[in-house]
Amino acid sequence: MEQHVLVVFPHPDDEAFGVAGTILSHTQAGTPVTYVCLTLGEMGRNMGRPIIANRETLPSIRKKELEEAARLLGITDLRRFGMRDKTVEFTDQIALQNRLFDVIEEVDPSLIITFYPGYAVHPDHDATGAAVIQAVQRLPKGSRPKVHALAFSNGCEEMLGEPDVINDITPYTAQKIKVIEAHTSQTAGMIEAMKQGYKAEDKDIIERLTIERFWTYPVAEGD
Amino acid sequence: MKPIDPKLVQEHLIKVAGQALYIHLETTNGAYATHKNEAFFSAGAFIRNVQLTFLQGKITGKGPYRIGLETEQGWLYAEGLTEWELDSKGRLLLAGHDAEGKLAVALQMSASPFPK
Repeated sequence: MEQHVLVVFPHPDDEAFGVAGTILSHTQAGTPVTYVCLTLGEMGRNMGRPIIANRETLPSIRKKELEEAARLLGITDLRRFGMRDKTVEFTDQIALQNRLFDVIEEVDPSLIITFYPGYAVHPDHDATGAAVIQAVQRLPKGSRPKVHALAFSNGCEEMLGEPDVINDITPYTAQKIKVIEAHTSQTAGMIEAMKQGYKAEDKDIIERLTIERFWTYPVAEGD
Repeated sequence: MKPIDPKLVQEHLIKVAGQALYIHLETTNGAYATHKNEAFFSAGAFIRNVQLTFLQGKITGKGPYRIGLETEQGWLYAEGLTEWELDSKGRLLLAGHDAEGKLAVALQMSASPFPK
């Protein structure tokens, strides 16, 4: 059992797809989970189905969705960094690492979950993972928390090998679907297809909803 | 937002010509376009809260619509616009959504800055 889990992602809904079951397994075991979400996904292309948002109303809609998703996940410590979608890689990297380092020092996690830098497709994902790793590596070698990193770029398994952390989240599948559903503005177009695919025993969809996979990032190796 | 009424948009463009306006302009295929289809060349751009004053602005096309704004020194252009809204803060918001309802282009203008 972990002592405290810190989850760091750039967009509301990043926690829903690949990690919700794992987060639920921790919160239901009584482990406190802190979720740092860097932006409000202000530049999302999905506007709901039917359309419920415009470019200027999207941030407040996604903020509410994020809060509801956190509630469903049992997360009581949700922190928003107030950055803007698509700008994470361009922002002052030292300032971002400082903010992350302060949170790591404060909550003292035994496990951090974030994106695997370089293998997470969206530039915000890669930049977030890189900043987290940099912050962790400021800690002395013996006292660094584990980092479980999420990778999904095409061909990432050829580069990284098989993921070494395979979580069977079958007990949390129904709750995970609800978390994905909570991000209505982004997921309304796909959630029905996902539910139907699950019922129809579509292999890919079942796997997405029952297995979550991570790579342990070698944080102990850096100076 | 509602489907663009070019006559009403044109009336607004005439009304705000000559005023200093804050502009948000963007176009995007989404960050996952190339991930989903490696043959797809993903491109996008946005600029937010650059201030400009246009001499004349025009909306054209049969829908999706195009807008061109001529300034003293240059031009602003957007195409693929399908929806619009004059919001409660008096900001003109224009957007183009694709067949799936995803935002593909946005052009917005306001007398006061948009939130950063």
